[in-house]
Amino acid sequence: MNQPINLNSFREGPDEDGRFGIFGGRFVAETLMPLILDLQAEWNKAKTDPAFQAELKDLGAHYIGRPSPLYYAERLTQHLGGAKIYFKREELNHTGSHKINNCIGQILLARRMGKTRIIAETGAGQHGVASATVAARFGLPCVVYMGATDVERQAPNVFRMKLLGAEVKPVTAGSGTLKDAMNEALRDWVTNVDDTYYLIGTAAGPHPYPELVRDFQAVIGQEAREQILAAEGRLPDMVIAAVGGGSNAIGIFHPFLDDKDVQIVGVEAGGKGLDGEEHCASLTAGSPGVLHGNRTYLLQDADGQIKEGHSISAGLDYPGIGPEHAWLHDTGRAEYVPIMDDEALEAFQLLTKLEGIIPALEPSHAVAEVIKRAPKMRKDQIIVMNLSGRGDKDIFTVGKILGMEL
Amino acid sequence: MTARMDKRFADLAAEGRPALVTYFMGGDPDYASSLEIMKALPKAGADVIELGMPFSDPMADGPAIQLAGQRALAGGQTLAKTLQMARDFRKDDDATPIVLMGYYNPIYIYGVDRFLDDALEAGIDGLIVVDLPPEMDDELCIPAVAKGINFIRLATPTTDEKRLPAVLKNTSGFVYYVSMNGITGSALPDPSVIGSAVGRIKAHTGLPVCVGFGVKTAEHARAIGASADGVVVGTAIVNQIASSLTADGKASAATVAGVETLVMSLASGVRASRLAAAE
Ligand SMILES: Cc1ncc(COP(=O)(O)O)c(C=O)c1O
Repeated sequence: MNQPINLNSFREGPDEDGRFGIFGGRFVAETLMPLILDLQAEWNKAKTDPAFQAELKDLGAHYIGRPSPLYYAERLTQHLGGAKIYFKREELNHTGSHKINNCIGQILLARRMGKTRIIAETGAGQHGVASATVAARFGLPCVVYMGATDVERQAPNVFRMKLLGAEVKPVTAGSGTLKDAMNEALRDWVTNVDDTYYLIGTAAGPHPYPELVRDFQAVIGQEAREQILAAEGRLPDMVIAAVGGGSNAIGIFHPFLDDKDVQIVGVEAGGKGLDGEEHCASLTAGSPGVLHGNRTYLLQDADGQIKEGHSISAGLDYPGIGPEHAWLHDTGRAEYVPIMDDEALEAFQLLTKLEGIIPALEPSHAVAEVIKRAPKMRKDQIIVMNLSGRGDKDIFTVGKILGMEL
Repeated sequence: MTARMDKRFADLAAEGRPALVTYFMGGDPDYASSLEIMKALPKAGADVIELGMPFSDPMADGPAIQLAGQRALAGGQTLAKTLQMARDFRKDDDATPIVLMGYYNPIYIYGVDRFLDDALEAGIDGLIVVDLPPEMDDELCIPAVAKGINFIRLATPTTDEKRLPAVLKNTSGFVYYVSMNGITGSALPDPSVIGSAVGRIKAHTGLPVCVGFGVKTAEHARAIGASADGVVVGTAIVNQIASSLTADGKASAATVAGVETLVMSLASGVRASRLAAAE
C-alpha cells in the first residue's frame, strides 16, 4: 500500500460508478438510490451549462467575495526561517470559511431540481451556517442536524444558524458528533424524498457528492494556482491543508494534482495521540471500510463497528474521509500526517500573535504542519496553505482550555 | 437456492396464507437471551426469521432498532457471534429459514468469502444488506448467489417501473417491499396503497413479496397479509424486548415470554388474512 504509482493524470476520477480506485461508490439504501441518480443526471447537465456556471461565478464574486486573497505571511515566514509561506484566505469568505463555496453550488442544483427543503449535517457548525445562509438567500426552509456535543462546543454557530432561520436539530445518538449528525440527515432524507435536497458539507458520501463537492471547492486551488504564478512566477513546492471529510483539502489539492513537482500534504486530527482511541486520523490509523455511502478509510474495530474519534476541533471530528483522499493516499500522490490537539492549539496562538489572523481550529492543524516543515525547507521554496476558516467560533473553546476568563 | 426458503414459501402458498417474518436484533440484550428469543419465534408461529446483525451506524433504522443494536454491541455481540447464534439455533430447527439483516461494513471487514462460507455452514438462507443497492451487486450479491445464499433485495416506493427490473434481477428467496419512504419504526401507510404496490411488483416477478416497515399489530398483519406473501414485523418485537428489560438493561422473566405472546398474536393475524382473502 501507499506505493507511489505513475498515472498520466490524477485528475480524471471518479469513474462513472463513482469510484476512485477501490474507493467511493454508492452504498446507500434503495430508497435513496433513485435520488442520487437524479442528482447525478442534474449535475452532469449543470456542469456544462453556461448559465449555471455564470450564476455560480456571479454569486462567487458578489456574495462570497471571490477570489479570496493569496497572502504572503511575511512575519510567520521570518519567524520560522525557511520556506516562504502563503495563505489562501478562505477565512475571508462570507460566513467565514470555505464551506460557502460548496453551499452556493449545491443550492443552485437544488433549485434546478425543484427541491423546496434543505437538510444538512454539521460538525463545527461552519457548514451548518453556510447552508442556513444560502437557504435564507434562496428562501428555502433548512434543517441542520448537529451532534449534541457539537451544539455545546460550537454555541456561537448554533445561534447564527437560528438567526438565519434554520432549525437546528441536536443529535444525541452515538457520541453526538459529526458522524451521528450525518446518520440522522440520511434518515431524514430517506423519509422526505420528494421535496428534500441533502446538502452534504464535505467531499464524502455516495457518488456523486464527492465529485460535485470537490468541483465546487476546486475554485480554491484554481485561484491559488493563478495567484502564486502571478506573485512568484512559479508553482509552489508544497500545498498543505487540513482534512476532516476532506473538502477544503481536495479543493486546493485538485488543480495541483498533475503538477508532479508540487508536494501535497493533508493534515489529519491526531487528537490526543494515535496510540489511544482519541484521534480522528482515518488515513494514518484507520483501514478501508464502508460508511455513509462510500468505501474509504475509517476508524473501526475488528468487527467493522465504527469508532467515535476525537479532535479538539469539531470540524475534523469525523472517523472517515472523502474517498478521493483515500485513493490519493494509496497511490502515494498525497501524503497525510497527523497533528495533535496541543500542536494545533499552539499554532492557533502563534498565527494570531504573528499575523493578526485568528484561524479556526481546523486549519490550525495545517498551520502546525507548516510550522514543522517550513524551517526544514530552503528560503527560496514556497508553501501554499489553505486557511479554510476563521477562528471566531473557537475562541470560547480555546479560552476554556487556556484557562482564560471570557 | 437454499431449499429451506423455497420450501417454506411453497408450503405456505399451499396452505393459502402469508408468511410471518419476524425480525429481532442478534445479541439484544445478551447472547443467551437472544438465542432463547430466536428459538421461541417459530414455536410462537413465525415462519421466517430475520436475524439482525448489529452495526454502530444503522442509517436506515429508527430509534428502537438503533438502541437494540447498541444494547447488543454493549453486550459483546459480533458478526462471528451472530453466525454462532444461527448455528446454535439450527441444532433444534432445520426447517425455519434464517435471513441475516444488517449493513455491509461488518461483512466487508469479516471478509466476503469467509463470511459466505461461514454463513452457509451456519445454516443461513438469505441476506438483506441495506446499503447494497443493485449498483453494488459485485460486492456481495453475486458472490452470495454463486454460493447458494439468497440475496433478498428491498424495493421501495421510490423504486419505479424503470428501476424495478434492475432491483429484481439478482434477487432471490423473496422480495422485501418497504411500505414507505422512511426508517424502521415509522407508522404504517394505508394497506390499500401497499396492496397496489405489491401487485405492481408481482407483475414483474414470480418471487414471493413480503411487506415490512410499520407492521406492529395482528390487525396490521391481517390487512397487509391480504395482498402480500409475507408480513415482516421488526420494531414491534424489538420494542417488546426493550420494554421487558430491567432498569439496568438486563433480560427479565418477561423478555422471552413477552415476545412469545406478541408473535402468537401476530401469527393469528396472518392466519386470519387467509380467511379474509377467501371471503
Ligand atoms: C474551517 C474549517 N476547515 C476545515 C473543516 C473540515 O472539513 P473539510 O475537511 O471538509 O474541509 C471544517 C469543517 O467544519 C471547517 O469548518
